[in-house]
Amino acid sequence: MANTTIAAPSGSARHTESTALQRFLQATEIDTRLLGMIAALLIIWLGFQISTGGLFGGLFLTPRNLWNLTVQAASVSVMATGMVLVIVTRNIDLSVGSILGFVGMIMAITQAKILPPLIGFDHPATWIIALAVGIALGTAIGAFQGLIVAFLNVPSFIVTLGGLLVWRAGAFLVISGATVAPMDTTFRMMGGGAEGSIGATASWIVGVIACLFIVASIINSRKQRKRFGFPLRPMWAEYFLSVVGCVTVLCAVWVLNSYYMPVNLAKKYAEAHNIPWPEGGLQIPLGIAIPVLMAVGIAIAMSFLTTRTRFGRYVFAIGGNPEAAELAGIKTRWVTVRIFALMGALCAIAAAISTARLNAATNAQGTLDELYTIAAAVIGGTSLAGGMGTIAGAVLGAIVMQSLQSGMVLLRVDTPLQSIVIGVVLVMAVWLDTVYRGRAK
Amino acid sequence: MTEQRTPLVEMKNISISFGGIHAVDNASVDLYPGEVVALLGHNGAGKSTLIKILSGAYKRDAGEILINGEPVHISNPRDAKKYGIETIYQTLAVADNVDAAANLYLGRELRTPWGTLDDVAMEAKAREVMGRLNPNFRRFKEPVKALSGGQRQSVAIARAILFDARILIMDEPTAALGPQETAQVGELIKQLKREGIGIFLISHDIHDVFDLADRVSVMKNGQVVGHARTEDVTKDEVLGMIILGKCPPKAIPGPGAMQTA
Repeated sequence: MANTTIAAPSGSARHTESTALQRFLQATEIDTRLLGMIAALLIIWLGFQISTGGLFGGLFLTPRNLWNLTVQAASVSVMATGMVLVIVTRNIDLSVGSILGFVGMIMAITQAKILPPLIGFDHPATWIIALAVGIALGTAIGAFQGLIVAFLNVPSFIVTLGGLLVWRAGAFLVISGATVAPMDTTFRMMGGGAEGSIGATASWIVGVIACLFIVASIINSRKQRKRFGFPLRPMWAEYFLSVVGCVTVLCAVWVLNSYYMPVNLAKKYAEAHNIPWPEGGLQIPLGIAIPVLMAVGIAIAMSFLTTRTRFGRYVFAIGGNPEAAELAGIKTRWVTVRIFALMGALCAIAAAISTARLNAATNAQGTLDELYTIAAAVIGGTSLAGGMGTIAGAVLGAIVMQSLQSGMVLLRVDTPLQSIVIGVVLVMAVWLDTVYRGRAK
Repeated sequence: MTEQRTPLVEMKNISISFGGIHAVDNASVDLYPGEVVALLGHNGAGKSTLIKILSGAYKRDAGEILINGEPVHISNPRDAKKYGIETIYQTLAVADNVDAAANLYLGRELRTPWGTLDDVAMEAKAREVMGRLNPNFRRFKEPVKALSGGQRQSVAIARAILFDARILIMDEPTAALGPQETAQVGELIKQLKREGIGIFLISHDIHDVFDLADRVSVMKNGQVVGHARTEDVTKDEVLGMIILGKCPPKAIPGPGAMQTA
């Protein structure tokens, strides 16, 4: 208690000399780096919107494009959340794209070749068995690589560079380079599309639950701080954060609900569900796609893991000072193994999303995904020097990367030029971040 | 006076070598409750290495460690902490990128009934401990990187005393500090001593520790030159032990003492 009374006068002294913006940021405790990234993303979106046909007629900020954007960003976003932990501990994982390819192939073989003779075609348990096999395999591969990094002291760059070659070749070898298709019907829902979206009503329910969750967590954190008599955020800041959070969530749901099924898809859907086809056609909203729900769920779980659990605390401590972490009694090697195992599991989930979306597994699946994943994490503010990074940043990074790609496709930019732009943006993003950090000190 | 009691720590005939170099060679030191023993010697004399064996950072090649007269096995920092041995390293060994409370509880986090980190409780306790140690400290939300040398030092010390240490090892505790902060550390050492904690003070500078220590143990080239009670010797005599390995008459010579005819 004594400390709060000491802290208060200096706090208010600082208030008087700071600007309104600084006061606002201080009161709301908003991460300015994250805010900068959101601003950058909005600028990119507006830029594409204007250059594809003007502010109101553009093709970019349409429900259709945004809906597709969320689905396309899901797979890389899932992997980027794990890459944050890897990079925070001063490691790197170059093998994620190849693990995705290999695990995707094994999942496809499991559901298309192995399971049908055993339990029958399109058995309701097929998808869960295939997914479980994939996650177990991904975890095992990740743990294996992590063991080599942690206990044999081979640099992660080398171990995972080896993994990049090995697992890619593995994806080819297991079925001699053939493409495996089709996927199980239920499994395919993880890829999005008409069947893989939850529809308007369910989307609104998810949105409302998310809002309740936001408000509850703000109230809870205020209660916690009160319990120990810590300085509290001003009430208006609490209201502001709650309102902004809820409005953002509900707007996102509204946008995703405004994308209606294309006519032929809607016709098929109507037939399948015995809905009569009216004269003017049916406007069936797709709602949130299942892969997007998975990606959001994983992002929340990973955020929780990094900020609220011991494991997450250790990951950051190791990144900040490996020697200090070891001396504090942390089993640093096992933490490293667990990080790589987790990365492998996330690769498997990304593999499920991507094979389900393609409705096939090819041996080239996930090629170059390691670079997009690393780029997403780094654009999202994860420092390659270790110790710094957030899950929210990495997800935003994945959305930025996907926005650039989708936008350039809409503008009919040639593929080589797309790569050039993304490369330049990556370097610039990191440079800007370095400048920001230099100032922050 | 203290000789009849059981020593808190007894390190007997400890040896360790790295690639053929005997960093510590047949060294023995001991420490009684409520006592401050200064471990002196040049840079590279082996004092930090000897003490890192006690704190679990290195594993000894030979010798034994007794705590309260019982032989113990210390093979990692967790074992050492189990016996109440806390260490403040020369390099401070704090994780720069997390805040003070996270550093205080690193490896021993407080958790809520659901198994998640109880950050608020940890911050509250950190405010309490830091308030006792360094009342001017109030940058609890910032990463330790942003703190001054003295503030980082107080974080490192707070971490050591937070968990009821019985044996405290301080490796060059005042190396990074200004005069005022050094005096604060001196006060703290006296206070901890009154609480019955045994303290090893490691330094290459005799002036830092002479007035605080009850005894000195001097090392040279990995060997113990000798032990002496500070009231029995002068600073010059101790300097002679450090530089020449020459034992004054009232000191107990060790294996590293200069052989006089």
